Amino acid sequence: MNKTVLSSLNAGLLDALSQDERVYLLGEDILDPYGGSFKVTKGCSSAFPQRVIATPISEAGLAGLSAGMALRGLRPVLEIMFGDFITLTFDQLVNHISKFRWMYNNTVNLPLVIRAPMGGRRGYGPTHSQTLEKLFMGVPGLTLVAPVNFVEDTLRQEPGNLLASIILQTSDPVLFIENKLQYLLPIHQPQDLPDLEISAFSVDKRSAPIFPVYKIKIAGAPAARVTLTAYGYLAELARQAMLKLAYEEELFCELILPTRLAPFDVADVVESVARTGRMVSIEEGGLSLGWGAEVIARVAESLPGAQLITRRVAARDLPVPAAPSLEKRVLPQVEDILRAVRKVARYGK
Amino acid sequence: MMDELALFRAIYRIRRFEETVLEEFKRGVFSGTTHTSLGQEANAVGVITALREDDIIVTNHRCHGHYLAYGGDMRALFAEMMGRATGVCGGRGGSQHIHWRNLYSNGVQGGIVPIAAGMAFAEKQKMSGAVVTVFIGDGTFGEGIIYEAFNMARLWELPLLIVVENNHIAQTTPTSLVLAGSLASRLRAFDIPVAELDSSDASEIRVVAEKSTAFIRETSRPAALILNTVRFGPHSKGDDTRAEEEMRLLKLTRDPVRILAERLPLEQVSAVRDEINHWVAQAFSLALADPEAGLEDGLDE
Repeated sequence: MNKTVLSSLNAGLLDALSQDERVYLLGEDILDPYGGSFKVTKGCSSAFPQRVIATPISEAGLAGLSAGMALRGLRPVLEIMFGDFITLTFDQLVNHISKFRWMYNNTVNLPLVIRAPMGGRRGYGPTHSQTLEKLFMGVPGLTLVAPVNFVEDTLRQEPGNLLASIILQTSDPVLFIENKLQYLLPIHQPQDLPDLEISAFSVDKRSAPIFPVYKIKIAGAPAARVTLTAYGYLAELARQAMLKLAYEEELFCELILPTRLAPFDVADVVESVARTGRMVSIEEGGLSLGWGAEVIARVAESLPGAQLITRRVAARDLPVPAAPSLEKRVLPQVEDILRAVRKVARYGK
Repeated sequence: MMDELALFRAIYRIRRFEETVLEEFKRGVFSGTTHTSLGQEANAVGVITALREDDIIVTNHRCHGHYLAYGGDMRALFAEMMGRATGVCGGRGGSQHIHWRNLYSNGVQGGIVPIAAGMAFAEKQKMSGAVVTVFIGDGTFGEGIIYEAFNMARLWELPLLIVVENNHIAQTTPTSLVLAGSLASRLRAFDIPVAELDSSDASEIRVVAEKSTAFIRETSRPAALILNTVRFGPHSKGDDTRAEEEMRLLKLTRDPVRILAERLPLEQVSAVRDEINHWVAQAFSLALADPEAGLEDGLDE
């Protein structure tokens, strides 16, 4: 049986704890036997009781506390139980954590990882289902990362390896965006996906840790007509949409999946769109002023004079409703991706 | 006992530095804003001279006094406030965002308290023996995050000294208009022991601060020190709405410079004043001649 994203992340945390005594996990309800609301920290407190710490329900204070730990040489990892609660850390992230290194003229490091599970589709309603990372993407000094459930042959990097390498190597604060439904997904190994060609590139050759960008094509297909780009859990929905379009409609796409969302680096998307001229961005956060808007703006700036046909697939600008029938309408589904790609592909033809 | 002449020297250095800041602000030498600690200098000097070399200081928007009492260079702070490349943080932080050795400041109320607690957590884990001192004001008690930090500091027995400089006024608002109960009772609610002093005498403050840090080192538990004090100057540059007569009387009775000077031989006091005046003036002119801060990332092209 394949590993899931959840078991991989769990292994990544255990690995980081065992490799470096400066690593500490903090969070609400993370101790065994419960092991965290989504079980990502399961087993950690049993194996490392001194360095896995159950905390009060104080997200703001915990963000500050973790920052202080990081400024003085530890490598804390803070779990925010539901990504929605990250709003409570906003002042710490914007006015303290993200600023210190630069405003102190690069005289400090702040190796802090804050993990937050985002996402809906479980009927948890308006305050437990959101995808809020777009609020943090423009904050200078903050790195945002979201894993995908693919492995590629050369890097062999699973979500847990990505997480562990960030915890062990970062010198700056990182928001590590997880997703509740992504936890349950199997990690696709290349041999499990004979229909797809998966390649991975490092976004920044000099950086440690490595943040891969995955490029996924339909094996043996003619040139792609539309570029898709997505991240996190939506990478999986994009993959499903891409296969359906290829097999049922002979509409071939290629899919670019960055794992580092901020700082923005769209070179791989630009390279693909330069060939296709058409792109669809796919995210679960709200449409307005979102990730897709920025990606499209940057692609357009990188291709002056090119005719671009683009669409964004994202959540409607509404709170995420509790009722399953309503939630399905508000959050982007595979069908929404299909519709957007067809529109973009048809335009001008 | 640290000699009082040294305390006087440290206090007068802060005083003369900050008087220069306010005088020169009017002439447009500095950009942005500033918050001086005129009248409160004995807190910085009394507490910081009670600390050890490897202890840590976390401070706020009103941080010049703490930085200078900690031994910070005057030219570098003048330069920081003038936007010079030679500033403490290369001009990036300005008056209220500085870091030098083990001193860290930030200009937003409240948020520094959990950060200080986290530093204390790290030092405890590393068994360094260092104590973290965080300076806050009475106004900071309006920010909820400090109570999260008090809870964690006591719960996890962190070596944290919380110094409250209670100047009874938050910007222009008297504390009595915005505070229910008392500062001390809020700290005691978290089982954090509180020492409280109503003094502008650096020697007195130093003795109490030494007791607090000794308690923290012995027990590895947080403690608080409430220093009732008087802010002589405006909150920032020109935003003081208090009655002049009231301030005049307070300056007669609560001036940390005067309190120490009266206990010292006149000629020693004069010599120190002359010497410091000279160094402050020199630091100021050197900073003024320093090059402007620039960005070297090529983004301007």
